[in-house]
Amino acid sequence: MPLLDVNGLWMKFGSLAANRDVSFSVEEGQIVGLIGPNGSGKTTLFNCVSGLYKPTSGRVTFAGKNITGLPMHRIARMGLARTFQVVRPLNEMTVLENVLVGAYLHSSDERKARETAQACIELCFLEEWRNRPAGAMTIGNKKRLEVARALATSPKLLLLDEAVAGLTSTEVHEMVELIVGLKKSGKTILMVEHIMEAIMPISDKVVVLNGGVKIAEGPPREISRNTEVMTAYLGEKFSRRLAESGVLKEDRP
Amino acid sequence: MDNFAQVVVDGLMNGAIYGLVAAGLSLIWGVMDVINFAHGEFLMAAMYACYWLGSLAGIDPTVSWIATGAFLFLLSAVAYKAVVRRCIGKAAMAPLLATFGLSIFLKNFCLNRFTPNFRLLNNTALSGKTVNIFGAIAPVPQLVTALFSLVVIAALYYLIKKTRTGWAIQATAMDAEAAELMGIDTERVFTLVFGLGGMCVGIAGGFMTGYLAVFPEVGTLFSLIAFVVVALGGFGSIPGALCAALLIGLVESFAGFYIAPVVKYVAVFALYLAVIMVRPKGLFGW
Amino acid sequence: MFIWLGLLAVLAALAVIPGAIGNRFYAHVLVLVLLYASMAQSWNILGGYCGQVSFGHSVFFGIGAYGAGMAMVTYRGVPWPGIIAGALLAAAVSALISWPCFKLRGHYFAIATFAIVEIFGRLFLVWDWVGGALGLDYPILDDSWKYFLWSSDKTGYFTGAALLFAFVFGVVRFLEKRRFGYYARAVREGQETAESLGVDSMRVKLTAMAISAFLAALCGAFFAQYNYRVDPPMVLSLDMSMKFVLITILGGMGTFWGPLLGAAVLIPLQEYTRTYLSHFGAGVDQMIYGILIMFMMIRQPKGIMGFLAEFGLLGGKDGGDI
Repeated sequence: MPLLDVNGLWMKFGSLAANRDVSFSVEEGQIVGLIGPNGSGKTTLFNCVSGLYKPTSGRVTFAGKNITGLPMHRIARMGLARTFQVVRPLNEMTVLENVLVGAYLHSSDERKARETAQACIELCFLEEWRNRPAGAMTIGNKKRLEVARALATSPKLLLLDEAVAGLTSTEVHEMVELIVGLKKSGKTILMVEHIMEAIMPISDKVVVLNGGVKIAEGPPREISRNTEVMTAYLGEKFSRRLAESGVLKEDRP
Repeated sequence: MDNFAQVVVDGLMNGAIYGLVAAGLSLIWGVMDVINFAHGEFLMAAMYACYWLGSLAGIDPTVSWIATGAFLFLLSAVAYKAVVRRCIGKAAMAPLLATFGLSIFLKNFCLNRFTPNFRLLNNTALSGKTVNIFGAIAPVPQLVTALFSLVVIAALYYLIKKTRTGWAIQATAMDAEAAELMGIDTERVFTLVFGLGGMCVGIAGGFMTGYLAVFPEVGTLFSLIAFVVVALGGFGSIPGALCAALLIGLVESFAGFYIAPVVKYVAVFALYLAVIMVRPKGLFGW
Repeated sequence: MFIWLGLLAVLAALAVIPGAIGNRFYAHVLVLVLLYASMAQSWNILGGYCGQVSFGHSVFFGIGAYGAGMAMVTYRGVPWPGIIAGALLAAAVSALISWPCFKLRGHYFAIATFAIVEIFGRLFLVWDWVGGALGLDYPILDDSWKYFLWSSDKTGYFTGAALLFAFVFGVVRFLEKRRFGYYARAVREGQETAESLGVDSMRVKLTAMAISAFLAALCGAFFAQYNYRVDPPMVLSLDMSMKFVLITILGGMGTFWGPLLGAAVLIPLQEYTRTYLSHFGAGVDQMIYGILIMFMMIRQPKGIMGFLAEFGLLGGKDGGDI
């Protein structure tokens, strides 16, 4: 049984369908990448899965339970945590306090919560910012804070919404290492990402959205050769030319 | 039947005046997302101005509304420049609380200068006259004030919808930063909006002094009703504010007559709460 | 550290002074400072920590005051059961009316709370069971803790106010450093973010509201006992609601000591200007109050705590950790 199963999910805003009949699943222990051009409905899908939006129709199953349309805090309590693409630090609280909010989810004991928070802060390279107000940090650190805070809730499944975008190349490297480390420690990860160099090498499976529809699903190697995906990203003319010119490298669409 | 007509006419007359008082507040809220808590005290200032013009210089309220409108335009624009502008964007409630401070100051300044006594202009041009509308007796000063309120609201609406200045105001309301980039001097727009908001209440105050006594606390209830009207009508919608104002005027007069005079404002505020629970952004809000 | 020692010294001085000097006016100001600090702190739980700016706290204050007043006047008994009943009722009423109101945002929430104050104020004016417009006048009784009334001197009230202050501030200190405190601040800083971390924001807000209302009602009961009477304009008014808000904001919203600092500055200022500037005519004290509010909102909306942080007088790192 997959840890997360999305089945026939539709999300409509008025007459606009941001997700149409999307189905995919995430097996326990996997890293699954969710890619697609801008406006293809990735973040909407995340919002439907995490409970920020109530999907118009379809079914989301997490750890064997139907979570479709449940409020976000209940889904979080069941072990599904997310980060936000546009970072949302709790500005007037320190980094430690931000992470503590997450850590308090499964323990009201202050000492335990502090231990959890501390571990997550160290894991995300935030130790030196611990007592700084979260609002005053750089974007890179705020992205790390998003991850640290979500991790502190001890999730089974972590949804990362562009956790790497906007970071410097060193930071990208650190973050990718962190994600791989999380997988090794037994976490399951579903991540939206634009930077292919970051997502392709580490994903077990990639799901591609275009115009709200799933157009491909499979191991990264397969996806990068998939012409439909090429077309979605580059437009028909360019992808044809690119294919003819033979510039295309194996793992880089 | 006569009672019924009387209640309706009273309610509509009051409602139209509430509409004018609220229109200025609604404009400021819609464009700047600021609640001017001193709005009622601006009304009080206009009424005192009109009273003194009448009792010292013998100018009738039917004329002095021009002066009070201009006076309140200035007072309101100055209040914006001196107080509101300096606390916008610092903390969510800072402008509201700062204007609350202004309202306390104005109220007590008038208390200090003019005593808490009720002051009423006698022998104004319209006083004592009445007209008969479908069996209801309408005092002329109130009726003129109500009708003139409708005219001023229509003029304000025309100004915002049909003139270049109005377009600048609308653009600023939608996105002040973008408006700034398009070459609109948003500072001037904000000052103008505050001035216009003051002017509405100034004109209302000028006319109302023809039949209402003025005292330092006179604005308090009007400002509360104006808040409710604006929120009930919906964020910055002037037609919404007018409809809400007429509705509230009717509810007030019906509850006052058919239930008990003491509960009329309870009915008004309860109606507001009931509506806002169903439509959190007001009747015409989005 | 600086501020802690300073406040400790002030509190120690407060404890000794009224008995030592026996100046009624001075004791009166001290009692009011402690009372208003407690009121502001009760509001601070909801408005400061949880970020829900309510202008309706005079309703809960009033319910508490009427609880004590009814017990004393209508039932001719001791105030204590009325105080407890009033506080519990205030908590229940607060949860009941705020459950729909919490769906409203920004100014819509603020205006809804104004409307609630007006409804309660006007209903109490015509409600005979609670004394209507005349209010409830306390009978003449012996000075005692049993009745919580003292007419000969203010020492009893002073001790009572100090206990109230210690209780309210103690509750907030206890909550502040626990899960609830973090959750409340998380809801203030970002409701959706908090929910994504498993925080049930509605529950947090309702809890904050109920605790806040309970404590505000205790303050209201003290106010009735202190004034020997209660009537609607005295407690159920918008001006009273604004006091809760303004003292907290003047001192520093969402900070532990802000409410005390706000009360310690505002109340003496108000009482002294009222007494010493009375020859300038009525309202001068209120004019100064109005100017002070405008000045603070323009200069430093984070209040006195903001000023202290600005001048580097707070011990905590980056001025935030206090």
